[in-house]
Amino acid sequence: MKTFETPTFECETGNYHTFCPISCVAWLYQKIEDSFFLVVGTKTRGYFLQNALGVMIFAEPRYAMAESEEGDISAQLNDQKELERICLKIKNDRNPSVIIWIGTCTTEIIKMDLEGIAPKLEKQLGIPIVVARANGLDHAFTQGEDTVLAAMTHRCPECNPHITNQQKEYPAKRVATDVTLNNKFMNKKEKLNRYSLVLFGSLPSSVASQLNLELKRQCIFVSGWLPSQKYNELPALGEGVYVCGVNPFLSRTATTSMRRRKCQLIGAPFPIGPDGTRAWIEKICSVLDIKPNGLEDRENQIWKNLSDYVQIITGKSVFFMGDNLLEISLARFLIRCGMVVHEIGIPYMDRRYQAAELLLLQHTCKKMKKPMPRVVEKPDNYSQVQRMHELQPDLAITGMAHANPLEARDIDTKWSVEFTFAQIHGFINARDALELVTRPLRRRSDFISNCRSLSKQIVDV
Amino acid sequence: MKLAYWMYAGPAHIGTLRVASSFKNVHAIMHAPLGDDYFNVMRSTSERERDFTPVTASVVDRHVLARGSQEKVINNISRKDEEQNPDLIILTPTCTSSILQEDLQNFVDRASLSSESDVILADVNYHRVNELQAADRTLEQIIRFYLDRARKQNTLDRSVTSVPSANIIGIFTLGFHNQHDCRELKRLLGESGIAVNQVIPEGGYLNYLKDLPRAWFNIVPYREVGLMTAIFSEKEYGMPYISITPMGISNTANFIAHIGKLVNLWAFALSEKRLNYKLYVDNQTKFVSQAAWFSKSIDCQNLAGKEAAIFGDATHAVSITKILVKEMGIRVSCSGTYCKHDAERFNEQVQGLCDEVLVTEDHTEVGDTIARIEPSAIFGTQMERHIGKRIDIPCGVISSPVHIQNSPLGYRPFLGYEGTNQIADLIYNSFNLGMEDHLPDVFGGHDTKEVNTKSLSTDISNVNWTPEAESEPNRIPGFARGKARKNTEVFAKQNNMLEITIDVMYTAKERSSP
Repeated sequence: MKTFETPTFECETGNYHTFCPISCVAWLYQKIEDSFFLVVGTKTRGYFLQNALGVMIFAEPRYAMAESEEGDISAQLNDQKELERICLKIKNDRNPSVIIWIGTCTTEIIKMDLEGIAPKLEKQLGIPIVVARANGLDHAFTQGEDTVLAAMTHRCPECNPHITNQQKEYPAKRVATDVTLNNKFMNKKEKLNRYSLVLFGSLPSSVASQLNLELKRQCIFVSGWLPSQKYNELPALGEGVYVCGVNPFLSRTATTSMRRRKCQLIGAPFPIGPDGTRAWIEKICSVLDIKPNGLEDRENQIWKNLSDYVQIITGKSVFFMGDNLLEISLARFLIRCGMVVHEIGIPYMDRRYQAAELLLLQHTCKKMKKPMPRVVEKPDNYSQVQRMHELQPDLAITGMAHANPLEARDIDTKWSVEFTFAQIHGFINARDALELVTRPLRRRSDFISNCRSLSKQIVDV
Repeated sequence: MKLAYWMYAGPAHIGTLRVASSFKNVHAIMHAPLGDDYFNVMRSTSERERDFTPVTASVVDRHVLARGSQEKVINNISRKDEEQNPDLIILTPTCTSSILQEDLQNFVDRASLSSESDVILADVNYHRVNELQAADRTLEQIIRFYLDRARKQNTLDRSVTSVPSANIIGIFTLGFHNQHDCRELKRLLGESGIAVNQVIPEGGYLNYLKDLPRAWFNIVPYREVGLMTAIFSEKEYGMPYISITPMGISNTANFIAHIGKLVNLWAFALSEKRLNYKLYVDNQTKFVSQAAWFSKSIDCQNLAGKEAAIFGDATHAVSITKILVKEMGIRVSCSGTYCKHDAERFNEQVQGLCDEVLVTEDHTEVGDTIARIEPSAIFGTQMERHIGKRIDIPCGVISSPVHIQNSPLGYRPFLGYEGTNQIADLIYNSFNLGMEDHLPDVFGGHDTKEVNTKSLSTDISNVNWTPEAESEPNRIPGFARGKARKNTEVFAKQNNMLEITIDVMYTAKERSSP
């Protein structure tokens, strides 16, 4: 294969399989504890949620469908009145601190004015109503979270520089003011008071605090996360606040915080894999003018811990069909592990938001002497399967629609959705990420590899 | 607008896709936005399908909204035609396309001019029909299309087969235990000396459809899907059909008796040999199926008079109700279905077999009803299983919607004589496990268990329990505890008592015992 110096971008037909972006409800309602997600749309959306989320649906979830019926579509019913009735019921039954309306394709097509209705009902009901248009017309899968967070950016309180200076407001910082450290870092801390750093991206709280801790080792104190555990604890944003993303699919949130809230974006690679985590911290340090301390040792230590897994995958090849936008970061991490990446399929590529990540990918390829993979935006699944027939990758990272058929054709697969639900961020979780990648390669038994293709189709019709 | 957390039957296009992907070499193209091809995931995971699901989307995006699909759908159809050369491409409308109101028929007409495959538009209205109705309709549409064409081309073979034969209609992908049922039906027919002409749609080739009318009669095992096709063939091709579901001993016997009637009608003219199935049914009932003996045995005696609640699709709910009441002597307090479109017949079928009939698509209504009745066991869908879990009542799953564990690898038919065995096991295990669970309670095992009121909706009771009375229900075995508590509260309310003391409790018990 030819070695490319710079990444090549292609764009295919967009006939690919991915989850509907409303699926973000599944992890966001768990993250924001006092929220209620109302998906406004047709039965199709409800059916998707119900099947995609499996057992979660039975655990009294804090989400529901406002299912539009024929009368809603033909405007025989008044949208505002209907939504008012439903939200009132939700308020009475669950009493959430915020109701988040998820607009779907249906509301787009019939042009239901959710953004217009929300402020009126908000006033009437006394509950904040946030509108996010997470529809399949514009977005794919994880971008749903992006639309929700971008909408929430507007709800963050205004950052008041006086309060930041007092710093008592922030428990994260108070913990840091440990007595012994106090004197030692006095000088540095004075410098710290001049900025506040907000990280955005929904992560399980344990992962979030792990990242907080990593930054604390560099004497960087995180003043808040978007989203926060509770709606009322949203971080303050405003001029002079630094923001940094932890996930590659949050370009809209980044743009909103820059343009509408005047925050400064730190464009860094994403903290996925030890290499990514280190680069992420280093970038933040450099922006805040802090000399990183002991990062190299820490990264090497993590790599050492990963050596057994790296051994399994090194030299093997992988093909990303693309459906969740984590692909660039994961590919970069896997190339660093010694894998060959044939293709990075990705639904949408924001070259500005992911610039640092792309640069790191390029460096990694050079460093590991691996060919630069082709990046295929809006891939075409059918053509991808044809390409896979030729390339015969050792591993395909793909959606559930293709996983079983590919397995039957003797290509090992890893279900891509698991990467969005598993904990893969930071130094500590690098092992979990590799655990996922290596699982299909570890489970191979001799017996099964002896009977080759298990597909029922004799010829490829 | 409707506030909904869960639904029993899916949207219409799912039904069309199920039929399309059951046939061999048929491709469905959905006119839908990104992410609506979730059907592929369902089929690939729940059915553990080895091959790519023949469904693709012609993606509706912003451009389509702005200026219509224009050539996009047609290009997608002809592309699929070239790539995979299917016999038929079904253009499937979704809720999105029904709102956009594009002239899909026009696309189909234009695309069929250039493509080698046949192209049709699934004739289903998203807002009017659900998954099951759409599947029924699509199946009829395909059969009609190919039979009409064969008739026009004079390739239709109208002669009936020399030996008695039947078509099995309505076995398809993601159907509840359909694969196993199909195998059992074939066995049943084989043992009765009847050949299977064709099974549709599962695994059927469209080229063979023209031979459908050669069968002596049609069999529609499930009411939900296949009836329209059967009625169409009866009207146009004079084929009689049997829509009795051979589930349970008496239904199976009934089913075979009907076959006998139909076969002998023709047999008299063709082979001058009359078939008698009485002996066969007798033998099967006595010895192959263990269910008849089981219902005589002591085990089943213990079940007599126990209460059960049933919910599911019309076919399974009706059959299981009949089995429980007529064959096992179990009392069915409530029998219900989510097939609202079939409500009339459902009512008629379970009339007199159960205390109340519930026809609803709202799972909270089902949950509340079950919580109120507090049966010893529930037979329902996965949803009822979860309701049961929450209020601590065992549940056997008898109908879609289901999870992957209801696509068992082992042989688990619900139809035919082997089916009666499977059902008997399912029923007995549900009740028996319940008893097993309660025995430790009877012997004072888990005394830390709290009393629960077993209701799904948050119904605030305004009666006070004194501490002594509060602890009293703990001495009552778990399975009767909730009921005792509730009876007491009802009694207190009726008598305007605001506080429940031990005295009140025992008075209530006295009054309520027969």
